[in-house]
Amino acid sequence: MHESILIYRKHRYLKWALALAAVSAVIYLIDRPLGAPNGGTWLGYALGTAAGGLMLWLAWFGVRKRRYGVGKVPLEDWLSAHIYLGTALALIATLHSGFQLGLNIHSVLYVTMMITIISGMVGLYFYVSYPRLLTENRRGLSTEVMLGQIAELDRDVRQIAMATDDATNAMALKSTQDTILGGTALQQLRGFDEHCPTTLARQFVESSVSSQHDAQRRQLLTRLIRKEDLLKRIRRDVQLRCLLKVWLYVHVPFSIAALAALVTHVVTVFYYW
Amino acid sequence: MGDVYKIAIVGSGPGGLSAAAHAAKLGVRHVLLERTDHLSDTIYKYQKGKYVMSTPDVLPLRADVTFNAGKRETILDAWNKQIADVKANVRYNADVTAVNKDGEIFKIKLADGAVIEAEAVVLAIGLQGNLNKLRCEGAGLPLVQYQLDDPDEYEAETIVVIGAGDAGIENAIALSKQNTVIMVNRSSEFARIKQGNLSLITNAIEKGDIQCYFSAETHKIEEKAIILQTADGQARVACDRIIARLGAAAPRKFVESCGIKFPNEDRTSLPEVSPTYESNVPGLYIIGALGGYPLIKQAINQGFEVVEYILGNPIAPADQPLIERKFAGLKPATVEEVLAEIRDVIPVWHSLNPLQLREAMLDSEMHVLKTGATVFKRNDYTSSFFTVLRGTVGIQIDANDPKKMITLGPGAFFGEMGLISGRRRSATVVTVGDCVLFETPRRTMLKLIGSVDSLRRTLDQVAIMRQVQTHLAPGVPVADLMELVETAEIQKFKAGDVIFAQGDKGDHMHLIRSGSCTVSMRVGGKDVVLSYVPSGNYIGEMALLSDMPRSATVKAAHATETVCIKGESFKTLLERNAPLKASVEAKFRQRIKANEQMQKQPEAGSIIEFLIAQGVGEGTDVLLIDESLCVHCDNCEKACAETHGGISRLDREAGPTFATLHVPTSCRHCEHPHCMSDCPPNAIHRTPGGEVYIDDSCIGCGNCERNCPYKVIQLAYPPDEKFNIFSWLLFGKGPAPGEAMSYKSKNGRDDHGHSEKTKRAVKCDMCKGIPGGASCVRACPTGAALRVSPEEFMSVTTLSG
Ligand SMILES: Cc1cc2nc3c(=O)[nH]c(=O)nc-3n(C[C@H](O)[C@H](O)[C@H](O)COP(=O)(O)OP(=O)(O)OC[C@H]3O[C@@H](n4cnc5c(N)ncnc54)[C@H](O)[C@@H]3O)c2cc1C
Ligand code: HEM
Ligand code: HEM
Ligand code: SF4
Ligand code: SF4
Ligand code: SF4
Repeated sequence: MHESILIYRKHRYLKWALALAAVSAVIYLIDRPLGAPNGGTWLGYALGTAAGGLMLWLAWFGVRKRRYGVGKVPLEDWLSAHIYLGTALALIATLHSGFQLGLNIHSVLYVTMMITIISGMVGLYFYVSYPRLLTENRRGLSTEVMLGQIAELDRDVRQIAMATDDATNAMALKSTQDTILGGTALQQLRGFDEHCPTTLARQFVESSVSSQHDAQRRQLLTRLIRKEDLLKRIRRDVQLRCLLKVWLYVHVPFSIAALAALVTHVVTVFYYW
Repeated sequence: MGDVYKIAIVGSGPGGLSAAAHAAKLGVRHVLLERTDHLSDTIYKYQKGKYVMSTPDVLPLRADVTFNAGKRETILDAWNKQIADVKANVRYNADVTAVNKDGEIFKIKLADGAVIEAEAVVLAIGLQGNLNKLRCEGAGLPLVQYQLDDPDEYEAETIVVIGAGDAGIENAIALSKQNTVIMVNRSSEFARIKQGNLSLITNAIEKGDIQCYFSAETHKIEEKAIILQTADGQARVACDRIIARLGAAAPRKFVESCGIKFPNEDRTSLPEVSPTYESNVPGLYIIGALGGYPLIKQAINQGFEVVEYILGNPIAPADQPLIERKFAGLKPATVEEVLAEIRDVIPVWHSLNPLQLREAMLDSEMHVLKTGATVFKRNDYTSSFFTVLRGTVGIQIDANDPKKMITLGPGAFFGEMGLISGRRRSATVVTVGDCVLFETPRRTMLKLIGSVDSLRRTLDQVAIMRQVQTHLAPGVPVADLMELVETAEIQKFKAGDVIFAQGDKGDHMHLIRSGSCTVSMRVGGKDVVLSYVPSGNYIGEMALLSDMPRSATVKAAHATETVCIKGESFKTLLERNAPLKASVEAKFRQRIKANEQMQKQPEAGSIIEFLIAQGVGEGTDVLLIDESLCVHCDNCEKACAETHGGISRLDREAGPTFATLHVPTSCRHCEHPHCMSDCPPNAIHRTPGGEVYIDDSCIGCGNCERNCPYKVIQLAYPPDEKFNIFSWLLFGKGPAPGEAMSYKSKNGRDDHGHSEKTKRAVKCDMCKGIPGGASCVRACPTGAALRVSPEEFMSVTTLSG
């Protein structure tokens, strides 16, 4: 219905990025510098300046994003341009370096920049594919409603379990008391819990329900299965939402590191000039 | 007994106590009867510390009591002291149950059986009515209360809320944040409550935040418990507090029992009074909110005036300077002369009584315009009503040719279409020669249309003709339309009403003049929505043209008015007018094609249905979120908060979702905003662009919050000073972007002089005044947030795209 950032404005920013990359590549190929191509030639300076400018502009996005109600251009334009021009930066910076990567201060800049770019791509992948998965996983229910349903199931489970044997009762109670949602960042990112007391309870009741005609246990089982399904969906929900944020913990610190490295790079380059 | 008072005043609100103070000052024998044991119960019940406003600021105060904007406590203390100082004769705990006229003397009956006699009676009982109380055993125990000032006052209590109306639900939800709340609902479901409240309460019950007893009645109340009669027998619920919200009996019944007539059955209708505030019962006067003056200052002034009038002194009302200033452009004519001219020249105003006319003119704006000025533009969203006193205006009926004009001279009116439909203006109006025009706001017009039948009729006759000319038969001469218009009638429908049903015989058609409809068809046993038809369109012509039964069902999407046109007269019109016939037939074919297309994609129909249920159909600009793009970053909320004093006017997460379309809690900018209907200082407006906003004169009464069916208005403290994002980044100064503010400004007042204790209504204003428009949409990095107008959005082309 609405345009995603990838196809935004009929690929306007993709075209810009391609044009920029193409121009840089062509000049690089026809230029015949003295010695090996590197950042010290006139072309190196030109590409370096372009790369540095681009990087400052990309980082400015973090500020622009928080300046609300100003500027005529919607943020969607900014992000669409950010992803395409950010990707073009990888090529331009590489051409600028003339493929002269070694163990030195300059390569620190190159590596931090590349990590930023790659993390950006990963984030982009998340941004483009997860919203739909999130919506589908929720099936119209909000997290709050799902939690509410679980609370209700727990009430039922406790009540039904009272009429069963001690072992079943204990398992069922454990499910209502010890089931963890959320938890540490890692647990949230994993999106499942193989020791989930609800799963254990379900398995236990399932294995014992088989033979005799046991209404109580069947009731218990249907509720535990429903709860398990809800838990699965909530955990998936939490996982997806975490993933949508977690990559920024790489992207942002590394973009700041890259900026610092850029400053160092430029200073050293002029110092040794 | 035996002695007769000159004046008996019923109700000690601002109106009543001002009347008593003035009577006491003049030494007139009087009595002030108050139901409760304190003065001015309505204001007494305001939230503690509420900052009371003295709107309208331009109106001078003329009374023997003072009134300045300030804290509730200060105002009440001053009144108590002043009433005591002038030695007004107040009788507390005097609940008046009947007022009967016996010859020249009124007999006033009190609930305790006492009878008081007076020559004249002033009813100043306001509109709050009588709170319904519990009747069971123990209802008088101290744990029972009938109102709730500040839900945050209570903590860690078990509270039973009785009454499943909007008030009860809102209390229960607010209390459930810090308390254990149990609701008692007499019926088996929540009926007749706002959509927003319904989802809040069902959610809270599903989540287990609130426990609810359905089909339960109160049986008995004990020291610390309530006993409920439920379907499964009695249940004892231990609790610390019981809050009963059982609604209030409107004062109308009582007022009618005094012999006072109301103009119609409308819930909001108020009794009509003369320029001296006398009702249809001679000697019985009505002032204050009950007389249609919903603000404190107005009530106080009327208290003073009514005593003068009863004594036979024809003083000019306190608002005289206001109306003088209004008419200043017509000097040297006096106010009375101008009013007389208006009444003579403009037929729609004939039927008003002098007080109504005066009030209407006070509310209206007078425009003295030179030739060639634009009054309003085509496609504006304004809905005021214009009358011409002097000069001529031209209506540009052809958007492409401004030369094509219909002219209207003195006495004519225009702008009634925008008034009725709430949609864009259908033509530009300019002045032809120097003009004097009156612009009357929609709210005033609605009040008048509701109370003066002849005004409504005059308006309707002309309006039908113009609506038919504009939307159905453009370019057809008036003479040819006479028959059709004379037999046409206006029909009203509520949300969900069937206008006509599939299979019915089709002998008439409808021109939708306000509201909108959905067209649906039964396909395979299920109703499939085919289209959304906004006002300004006609429906039902298909069955007429084809002489077949109705092929589809048409329902009102929300409150809707149509001009119902007889099939015969429509057919005759078509026979006589070939080009019109061709255009109607072309539309007919186009609709059949569109219907076929929609039948192939029932999802699109379901989306329309879903959006209509969410109030999108009556909106002009609605925020939607495409969940297939939304990354839940909440940058939209942060943007809104950041550009609106720290309070976001949208709640992204809340609200329902259908397929991947999410309708967050945020203003729809309704074409007939419900929030606007009952705002005492008239603080809610609609811009020519259609945005509904609240201005600084809001007094924080909360009516709009209650009246909005979509729950998008909140009452909040005015914001603290704004901090710069860099000072936050660098120095940690102020709140983080998007974070709530602390609301403790240094001097305790905002720049309008309001104290920090005043909550005021806030809602989305469509970022009016921010260049570039909606901040929320512009701050969405992925383009998931979009603002749409229903007409464009709910069209076949968009939904199938
Ligand atoms: C929450 C809220 C906030 C508001 N804020 C403001 C504001 O800031 N500024 C402003 O100008 N306006 C405000 N208003 C409006 C204002 O309160 C009313 O316009 C005003 O009180 C009307 O005065 P009144 O004299 O007509 O009636 P009321 O003030 O309603 O007084 C009626 C009195 O009559 C008594 N009574 C009723 N029936 C009987 C009976 N049968 N026998 C004996 N006595 C009876 C009642 O007990 C009451 O004391 C607010 C209203 C509300 C609800
Ligand atoms: C994103 C931005 C940039 C990246 C990733 C980058 C990366 C590199 C790399 C990897 C080299 C090769 C180092 C080597 O020879 O071992 C290099 C060299 C160089 N860069 Fe940059 N650079 C960037 C921006 C700049 C800027 C803004 C300037 C100056 C205006 C600049 C000036 C130079 C110079 C002069 C050299 C040659 C230094 C030398 O050969 O000793 N670079 N750069
Ligand atoms: C050196 C290059 C880059 C720099 C310095 C950079 C910097 C930034 C910064 C500062 C932010 C703001 C994060 C925040 O405050 O929330 C951001 C966001 C983002 N970047 Fe980059 N970025 C770079 C390259 C890329 C690339 C190549 C891509 C994708 C292909 C990308 C995709 C994104 C996305 C999707 C966001 C999130 C937008 C949002 O949530 O508002 N970035 N980037
Ligand atoms: S606040 Fe007013 S305009 Fe907005 S949705 Fe509610 S009723 Fe409609
Ligand atoms: S709270 Fe709402 S209704 Fe009341 S004054 Fe303010 S804007 Fe008007
Ligand atoms: S349009 Fe403006 S005021 Fe309305 S929700 Fe969006 S940001 Fe808030």
